[in-house]
Amino acid sequence: MEATVIRTGTEGKTWGGGNEPLRASYGKMMMWFFILSDALTFSGFLAAYGFSRFKYIDSWPIADEVFNHFPFLHGVDAPMYYVALMTFILIFSSVTMVLAVDAGHQMKKSKVVFYMFLTIIGGVIFLGSQAWEWKNFINGEYGAVATNGNNILQFVDEDGKRVALEAFATVAPRDRVQHTRSNGLWFTDEPALPALTVEDVKAGFMANPNLLIRTQQLTEEGEKTILTRAESESKMELEAARVVRGANLTENEYGVPLFGDFFFFITGFHGFHVLTGVLINIIIFFNILLGTYERRGNYEMVEKVGLYWHFVDLVWVFVFTFFYLV
Amino acid sequence: MAHSSAEHHDNTKRIWFVFIILSIVTLVEVVLGIFKPALLVDYTFLSMKWLNWIFIILTIYKAYYIAWAFMHLEGETKGLRRAIVWTSVFLISYLLFILLIEGDYVYEVYKNNKVAWDF
Repeated sequence: MEATVIRTGTEGKTWGGGNEPLRASYGKMMMWFFILSDALTFSGFLAAYGFSRFKYIDSWPIADEVFNHFPFLHGVDAPMYYVALMTFILIFSSVTMVLAVDAGHQMKKSKVVFYMFLTIIGGVIFLGSQAWEWKNFINGEYGAVATNGNNILQFVDEDGKRVALEAFATVAPRDRVQHTRSNGLWFTDEPALPALTVEDVKAGFMANPNLLIRTQQLTEEGEKTILTRAESESKMELEAARVVRGANLTENEYGVPLFGDFFFFITGFHGFHVLTGVLINIIIFFNILLGTYERRGNYEMVEKVGLYWHFVDLVWVFVFTFFYLV
Repeated sequence: MAHSSAEHHDNTKRIWFVFIILSIVTLVEVVLGIFKPALLVDYTFLSMKWLNWIFIILTIYKAYYIAWAFMHLEGETKGLRRAIVWTSVFLISYLLFILLIEGDYVYEVYKNNKVAWDF
């Protein structure tokens, strides 16, 4: 019995079916569709960041002052050096990825293995760097005081240099002790008490006449406003509400709380992409070692994960610009 | 394979060429970001500093090279390329337009109305 073949008379025509107008395989096209939708997700994040930034256009934290750490250079003001290094690492791992794809077209297994290995190493270094950046951001450096209106007050000396809370706050004796399971209710406890209370900071501030307050308001020149001593004293007296150390999702010592939220969400979402990228790269790496693609006769799988990896790099280029430069 | 060895050599050369372009552009961005030339900070265009315009244009320039050379969009068919680029460009422009205008409006409201936000 023969299979029924229906002839429609449209064979070979553009809309006759059975052809590939985009000349891309199913997998590659689906990867592109995924990348497109993911790009829109990231633009949603970055556009929301832009919205908040325009809303707080004259009080947004200055990125150079927030991200100014570099490994082994303690106390040195190194704005952006580290994030520039991270950018180079990611771009370079993109280059090794595209070299792996190219070697795959040549069916040169050992070269693909070598370049994939370098790509994975680059991704891992980037992830480590991002973790270090987060650590610095979360721990904070100088500390600040938040007002009742949730604004951040930072402290500077007469030259405008930042001063850490510990440098001037006087720790007053206090009765309150940390509630642990052994000295209170056995079934509950609390985290360690903050080393400084707002009263300690206030007392230390009043005792040091050379200290001034820096508000989060930006001047015409794009720098933070520094109040006079008289203004500083009255602001401290009337408005200081609590001590803020470092950053979390509800407050941060750098200024507007949304700055921290967007930092965590955008770089976190990107970091999650890098993490999954590294994991997928590792899987593909072992598949190459096992000779899966050699037997399959093509290295298109490497090309597809390559697309994803470049996309992660592409997103970082935008995050770098809008978080650290602009 | 379809690729001859001369063609392969060209591919590798192009990859390193793109890497050098991306590195130089990043370096320029970082140097501008650290020194912030007064000329570029003081003058604005469409109420944004020239420096920020430069950063954004350089970023799009880098994005173009990553998408075209590394993601190999230059080798895809016109239809696939347009499906990807036009979709994202139009949707993202619209989203940015709406959100940035709205953000600026909210800023004006905070600044000019009679309610105190800082207390």
